Amino acid sequence: MTVLVVAEHDNSEIKGPTLNVVAAAGVINSDITVLVAGSNCSAAAEAAGKIAGVGKVLVADDAQYENALAENVTELVVSIAGDYSHILFPATASGKNIMPRVAAKLDVAGISDIVSVESEDTFVRPIYAGNAMATIQSSDEKKVITVRTTAYDAVSAEGGSAAVESIQATPASDNVSFVGQEVAVLERPELTAARVIISGGRGMQSGENFSMLESVADKLGAAVGASRAAVDAGFVPNDYQVGQTGKIVAPELYVAVGISGAIQHLAGMKDSKVIVAINKDEEAPIFQVSDYGLVADLFQAVPEFDQELEKVLD
Amino acid sequence: MKILVAVKRVLDYNVKARVKADKSGVDLSNVKMSMNPFDEIAVEEALRIKEAGKADEVVVVSIGVSQCQETIRTALAMGADRGILVETDQEIEPLAVAKILKAVAEKESPQLAILGKQAIDDDSNVTGQMLAALMDCAQATFASKVEVGDGKVDVTREIDGGLQTLSLSLPAVITTDLRLNEPRYAKLPNIMKAKKKPLDVIPVADLGVDIAPRLKTLKVEEPPERSAGVMVESVAELVDKLKNEAKVI
Ligand SMILES: Cc1cc2nc3c(=O)[nH]c(=O)nc-3n(C[C@H](O)[C@H](O)[C@H](O)COP(=O)(O)OP(=O)(O)OC[C@H]3O[C@@H](n4cnc5c(N)ncnc54)[C@H](O)[C@@H]3O)c2cc1C
Ligand SMILES: Nc1ncnc2c1ncn2[C@@H]1O[C@H](COP(=O)(O)O)[C@@H](O)[C@H]1O
Repeated sequence: MTVLVVAEHDNSEIKGPTLNVVAAAGVINSDITVLVAGSNCSAAAEAAGKIAGVGKVLVADDAQYENALAENVTELVVSIAGDYSHILFPATASGKNIMPRVAAKLDVAGISDIVSVESEDTFVRPIYAGNAMATIQSSDEKKVITVRTTAYDAVSAEGGSAAVESIQATPASDNVSFVGQEVAVLERPELTAARVIISGGRGMQSGENFSMLESVADKLGAAVGASRAAVDAGFVPNDYQVGQTGKIVAPELYVAVGISGAIQHLAGMKDSKVIVAINKDEEAPIFQVSDYGLVADLFQAVPEFDQELEKVLD
Repeated sequence: MKILVAVKRVLDYNVKARVKADKSGVDLSNVKMSMNPFDEIAVEEALRIKEAGKADEVVVVSIGVSQCQETIRTALAMGADRGILVETDQEIEPLAVAKILKAVAEKESPQLAILGKQAIDDDSNVTGQMLAALMDCAQATFASKVEVGDGKVDVTREIDGGLQTLSLSLPAVITTDLRLNEPRYAKLPNIMKAKKKPLDVIPVADLGVDIAPRLKTLKVEEPPERSAGVMVESVAELVDKLKNEAKVI
C-alpha cells in the first residue's frame, strides 16, 4: 500500500500545500511517493526528494506539463496509478481541477476536501459550507482525494533524501491548448500560508481603501483577503476571496473588517484560531464567531489599529 | 450548436443546514430548495451564447426526485428551450451523475456542456471534470469568461494567484465560477410560457448506467461550535488583548 502525492510546484519550487498533503498521506501509510509533472522541473523534483517522509520521487519532465493542464496530467497519473492505493492532491485550484478527472478515468468516486483521515478507507469532509461534517467510507479499490491544506500541519521541506526517478511522459492531448496566464506577483504572504490575515468586505467601499488594510498587514506580516462582495465590487482581485467558494484559510489570527459574516464567508475562515471582527453593526453575524468584537466605524478603527500596532510592535 | 446545462436542486443558499438528530444527514424536510447558484450562472452563460447567435438550443438536465422539475422550469423560464429530468429517488453520487450526463450527451450530442463548479450541498466540485473525463474531451473549470469561436471555445479560468486562458476544441465541458455573469431573473410572462416548454422525464433505469454508490456515509455531525467571545470597547483594548491574552501579535 503506497500513497501517491501529486505535487504542486512551479517547476523550480515545491508549493506549500504539497507539504500539508504529505502530512495527510503519512497518516494513511508511511510509504509515500511524490509525483512531479512539469517542464524543466528538475529543481522541483530535487526539492521534492528533500521533503521529510517522502520515500520516492517520480518526475515526468516534458513541455506538455508546463502549465499542469488537467488533460495531460491525468493521463500521466492514470498511467502509473496501478502501483498506488491512494492518490492525493492538495485542495487548491489546480488539485481540484485534476483530481476528479483522474478519479473518473479510474472509475472511482473522487473524495474532495478531506479534513481528516480516520482509516485507510474512511475520511471526514465538510459539506453544506462547513455546516455539517460527513464521515464517509469508500468501497473503491483506489482512493482519489483532495486534502484541505489547513487540516494538516505541513511536514518539513527538508530532511528527506528520496531517490528521484524519471518516468515516461504520456501522449499530450490535442483538444486543449494553453493561451496565457496572468498571475499577480504577491508582495505579501499567500492567503493559505499566512499566519495572520486581514480581510475587507463591502464596508471598505473602494479598492483604494484597502491600503488601510495593507498598512496593517505589513506591520503584522499578514496576507490581505476579502469577502465575495468586495471582490465582485472590483475592490480586489478574485483570488483574495475567502469562503465556501474561495480560499479556505485557518490562520492564527483573522481580522474581518466591514464583513457581515454570511455563511459562505464563515465557511472559509471559521477554523482560524483567533477571530477579530470590526463592524459598525452590532447585530452583524460575524460577531457570533469572533473572539474579539469591536463595534466601530472602520474608517476610524482601522487607522487607529494601525497606530496602536506601531506602538506595541517595536 | 447545442448546449447542455446541468442544474441541481439544492438547499437554498440562504438557509443554514441543520444536521439530523440521528446523524444520518442534513434535514431537508420543509426547507426552501432552489437551483444551485453556480448552475444559474451556467444557464445564464448558455443563454448569452445563444443570444449572441452562436448556439441554437439550450437543453437543461437535472437528476433527482420529481420536484427537480421545478428547478428545470426555472431554467426554462430564464430562457432555456427544453428540459430533461432523469428521475430517481436514490441519492446519486457525482460519479454516477457524470455517467448519467454522459449518457444524455450521447443522445443529444451537445457541442458544449456547462455545469456549475460546485454544488453548494455536497461541495464536491467534481462532476464537470468527471463528465469531461468520461466524454474524453477537454475541460475548463472555474470559468470567468467564455468566448465561443469556430469549432473551439476560449475560456478564462480563475486559478490560484490569477487567471489562465485555455483554448478547447469542441465538444468541451465548462464549469462556472461566480464572476462569469449575473444570472437574470425569470419574468412572470416567461414563467407562464415555461410551463408549455417540453420537459422529458426519463426514469434513471432507462439509461442503463451503473449508479451503484461507492461511498457510504457513516455519520453526519455538527462542526465543533465556536463560542462567541467578548466585545471590546476600544482599539487600544483590542490590541492589548491580542498581545497579552491571545498572544497572537
Ligand atoms: C454560491 C455562493 C457562494 C458564495 N461564496 C462566497 C465566498 O466564498 N466568500 C464570501 O465572502 N462570500 C460568498 N458568497 C456571498 C455571501 O453570501 C455574502 O453575500 C458576502 O459574503 C457578503 O460580503 P460582505 O460581508 O463584505 O458584505 P455585506 O454583507 O454587505 O456586509 C458588509 C458589512 O460591512 C459593515 N460596514 C459597512 N460600512 C462599515 C463601516 N464604515 N465600518 C464598519 N463596518 C461597516 C456592515 O455593517 C456589514 O456588516 C457566496 C454566495 C453564494 C450565493
Ligand atoms: N443531481 C444533479 N443534477 C444535475 N446536475 C448536477 C447534479 N449534481 C451535480 N450536478 C452538476 O455538477 C455541478 C457540480 O456539482 P458537484 O460536483 O456535486 O459539486 C453542479 O453545479 C451541477 O451543474
